[in-house]
Amino acid sequence: MSQGAAPQRSPAAEARATVGPRMGMATMPVERSKDFRNSTIRLISWLRPERVRMTLVLLFAVFSVVMSVVGPKILGNATTTIVRGVMSPNGIDYASLHRTLLIVAALYLGSAVLAYSQGFLLAGVVHRTMRRMRSAVEVKINRLPLDYIDRTPRGDLLSRVTNDIDNIAQSLAQTLSMLFISLLTVVGVLIMMLTISPLLTLVAVATVPVTLFTIKFIATRSKKRFIAQWAHTGSLNALVEETFAGHSLVKVFGQQQATEDTFRGLNEKLFDASFGAQFISGIIMPAMMLVSNLNYVAIAVIGGLRVASGNLSIGDIQAFIQYSRQFTQPINQLASMANMLQSGIASAERVFELLDIDEQRADPADPTVVPEPSGRVAFEHVSFSYSADKPLITDLSLVAEPGQSIAIVGPTGAGKTTLVNLLMRFYELDSGAITLDGTDIASMRREELRSNMGMVLQDTWLFGGTIRDNIAYGNLNATDEQIIDAARATYVDRFVRSLPDGYDTVLDDEASNLSAGEKQLLTIARAFLAEPTILILDEATSSVDTRTEVLIQHAMAALRTNRTSFVIAHRLSTIRDADTILVMEHGRIVEQGNHARLLANRGAYYDLYNAQFVAAAVELDGQAS
Amino acid sequence: MLITLIRRHLLPYKKLLLAVIALQIVAVGATMTLPTLNARLIDQGILTGDTNYILKIGAVMLALSLIQAVFGISATWFGSRAGMGFGRDIRDELFHTVTGFSTREVDGFGAPSLITRITNDVLQVQTLVVMLCTTFISAPITIVIGIFLAVREDAPLSLILVAAIPVLLISISTIIIRVVPQYRNMQERIDRVNQVLREQIVGIRVIRAFVREPLETDRFGEANDRLTRTATLTSRYMSSMFPTVMLVLNVSSAAAVWIAADRIGAGEMKVGSLIAFLTYLVQILMAVMMATFVAVSWPRASVCAERVLEVLRTDSSIVTAAEPVTAIDGSGHLEFRNVTFSYPGAEKPVLSNISFTAVPGQTTAIIGSTGSGKTSLVNLVARLIDCSGGSVLLDGVDVRELEPELLWRNAAIVPQKPYLFSGTIRSNLMFADPDATEADLWKALEIAQAADFVNAMPERLDAPISQGGTNVSGGQRQRLAIARALVRKPSVYVFDDSFSALDLATDSRLRTALVPITADRTMIIVAQRVSTIRHADQILVLEHGECMGLGTHEELIETCPTYAEIVASQLTAEEAA
Repeated sequence: MSQGAAPQRSPAAEARATVGPRMGMATMPVERSKDFRNSTIRLISWLRPERVRMTLVLLFAVFSVVMSVVGPKILGNATTTIVRGVMSPNGIDYASLHRTLLIVAALYLGSAVLAYSQGFLLAGVVHRTMRRMRSAVEVKINRLPLDYIDRTPRGDLLSRVTNDIDNIAQSLAQTLSMLFISLLTVVGVLIMMLTISPLLTLVAVATVPVTLFTIKFIATRSKKRFIAQWAHTGSLNALVEETFAGHSLVKVFGQQQATEDTFRGLNEKLFDASFGAQFISGIIMPAMMLVSNLNYVAIAVIGGLRVASGNLSIGDIQAFIQYSRQFTQPINQLASMANMLQSGIASAERVFELLDIDEQRADPADPTVVPEPSGRVAFEHVSFSYSADKPLITDLSLVAEPGQSIAIVGPTGAGKTTLVNLLMRFYELDSGAITLDGTDIASMRREELRSNMGMVLQDTWLFGGTIRDNIAYGNLNATDEQIIDAARATYVDRFVRSLPDGYDTVLDDEASNLSAGEKQLLTIARAFLAEPTILILDEATSSVDTRTEVLIQHAMAALRTNRTSFVIAHRLSTIRDADTILVMEHGRIVEQGNHARLLANRGAYYDLYNAQFVAAAVELDGQAS
Repeated sequence: MLITLIRRHLLPYKKLLLAVIALQIVAVGATMTLPTLNARLIDQGILTGDTNYILKIGAVMLALSLIQAVFGISATWFGSRAGMGFGRDIRDELFHTVTGFSTREVDGFGAPSLITRITNDVLQVQTLVVMLCTTFISAPITIVIGIFLAVREDAPLSLILVAAIPVLLISISTIIIRVVPQYRNMQERIDRVNQVLREQIVGIRVIRAFVREPLETDRFGEANDRLTRTATLTSRYMSSMFPTVMLVLNVSSAAAVWIAADRIGAGEMKVGSLIAFLTYLVQILMAVMMATFVAVSWPRASVCAERVLEVLRTDSSIVTAAEPVTAIDGSGHLEFRNVTFSYPGAEKPVLSNISFTAVPGQTTAIIGSTGSGKTSLVNLVARLIDCSGGSVLLDGVDVRELEPELLWRNAAIVPQKPYLFSGTIRSNLMFADPDATEADLWKALEIAQAADFVNAMPERLDAPISQGGTNVSGGQRQRLAIARALVRKPSVYVFDDSFSALDLATDSRLRTALVPITADRTMIIVAQRVSTIRHADQILVLEHGECMGLGTHEELIETCPTYAEIVASQLTAEEAA
């Protein structure tokens, strides 16, 4: 930009490109929206609560542009005053000149103040709107049916809330007023140029198609290379991730040299593509410089001839040169803004898509309340399937009396978690009913139902906060004593006290400062504190070290006392002591009964029992004696 | 830091860069002569009405425009090549350095950090260098030539630059100094929003079970507010940049006219010079702005450069012997002789004074709780780390004396966290042996108890595997990793807790199937389950890096209290409760 008669990009655009958070990222191929018009309207309608401020923003923009557009003309008048003064015997009219210059300075100052205010207001408008949109998405996530969340890749969901909204914010911030300002500047400058000289205006306008054609010509050629650059970057990064993540394997299996060769090949391809992309897009600048220099020369020569023939003043040429610069610049910006808007709208569409998903069935208008339930749970002719063509549970009936324990067994992937999903009403039944103390749970508010339930899953979910907060999650009103009592009862207290910050230890993102077993204990403590009537437990199979495992067993047992419990069971002892065992295979319940009866049946449970436990049990019994 | 990196890696491109500078001087010079010519056009052509002169100067200006374009484009070509080549070379060197690392260095940096360094950090540095080589290089040239030409037009008027340049510098820097820390804040706050949301999506069952949606919404709301505040502030600073720059530019133009009027009135200056000066003023100030931006992006890129250099300057702690042993008998006789391992600077060794011998046809089991040093022991076998004392011997040769490839051909490891590479099941198995036949692969799958589920997949051996093997279950991943090691056919097999995700039945079938394969091989099994290892020929009990006992199950029950305790604890786990 520093080399030409015409600055190519606005300083603001330059500033964004240089210090912005995406600094240095080559532009991604722009994604196209599906329904540009309606999505744009919908996005704009999000601005409705900000309409007063938006109106001010636009008003400020108009006045700022008008002032800055008039500036060069008046500055040109000042030059003309000087030239006239030089030519005339009276000399320069300094009073009038200084007056003119002060007006110019005032105009520019006014324009700057308005532009600043405009930007100030707009930043608030955009980011407040984005805050609303993020909140809307967050609230939406809490209302989505669980099957949607189970089906959708996590990364996709997350990227809608973060990357997409960020992208919308960027494109709104840059297009909302800039689009308007650019259009306005083009019109204003065109008018000013026409008032100075229609002939020169024609010259200046003639460069516009040349400019656009040049940009398009270069852009279509660089686009291919940018796409290649992204593709190669992607495969290079994938190779790097794999190689570094599986570093020791690469070495141990003697693949170091082969991997390095692959890398070098990809790296070379990336170099070729990115060099091509950089060079071709880099041509834009000198090429545009050429066009604007040609324009400059044409105006200087033609304008010069007009002045020589007495049809134009010198100040007018000076003004005109400035105008012709201001003219091509916003036109270039409009082109890049169109791309940005496209990508912003495509992001908005993805967010809207999420916001439009059907929410989970509303709670009944007149919910039944079960005060202090005893914990009797009954499945009555329950049928359920995740998809209509694959019935999973058909006509299941069972009763869990208060305090009884139900063990759910079966190989991995047999659908043991389905029962949990139904009991917690994460999914709705196809037919039949589940009752709590005789009340259909579908007639209760979910909140009410779930407040009676405690759940400990194998995926130990803890959030980034202190250990105390994580336990208190089970009961937000719990006192410190209650929290510590729960921690004691579930063997959490001991290891927490060995941590330097004790209960105030902050768990990081992945809670990597705790072992898997300790995390499990924390979730048990959390459920303990909640004092639920009914428990849903998932016994861990993951490799927790043996001593912690004993603690987990004890903690779970403590938790189960006097509560109706449904246990996804792996331990023989849990299964044997259960009041009812549900045997699941391929998503169906194939048998139910207690240990003795099922063994006598010699059915699925008998097979499972022999395969999984007999060997181990015999071995261990042998040692016990 | 950045300077070091640039100096070292841009050196091969010195000629290209000199070419860029030469070309840019011509291109900038050509462009900047235009206003001077225009000034002459006005003073000697327009004001005197000399039409021919106007046309003549016009032609020269046209020629200069073309020169500018040709030289500018050539400079871009050389600059892009140098900048991108710089990035490529660093990536190559980084990748080579990291693949040469031992497990200790990789663990020290952490794989994710290394990945960021070679991808994002290099990209950041490369972007700055590319801009330096192509666009920014013209800024100082423009400033120098611009000031020279401005002074030549009219020296006293050029004093305006003395005021305008600092004012611009200070106002831009003031804004940027405020903005940069905000960007850092913003990234933190974006991360926080992402974190809260990720937790919500991952923990949605727990959140709904405990009816904590309102609490979560509050938590999110707080993160959202904080992000909004920073984002608004940042946007406000950034949006003040453009009006500020324009104000400085325009006001100095008006001031130039004011001062020039006096000088023109006094006959010390010509009108054309004023118009040329105004153009130079704009060009110089724009170049100053550009230079400010480089100065600002410098520290950021410098941090990245430092992270890159840190990797490049790290030497692998595993060094191949000067004259490595290239042949051993391959029987698989493995001996640990008084092996001690500790991290530099650590108070307590991870392993101390471990001795045992594992011979072909026998299974040696290692048992101990988390943190007892089991995985370090495994890594010592494959020389992924080196012991600090004592020695590990394979077929009587210290592994440090062995050619690494030879060692790795003889010892295959199934790591604790089974890792699969993207590709197919076939490509993953062939990773262990590019020459393996179809029959070899199936045989390995059979033994690893993986044939059934591979057969059940429509593409069988060609079933796609995603990066890390995330598209198959944990148990399947573990069995495929075992099959991969079997394809390798080494003399020593090391299974690092490789059966943990298998149910007891599969575990037992797999161990039975392994028996014939390992009749003449050495087996090392690291495990936590007593049932997995109780039939081993010898069991090594590790606790806090020390050997608490070595012997058979029956012997240890009697003689080793730690082992008895482990057995008892598992008894309780499975029997009591």
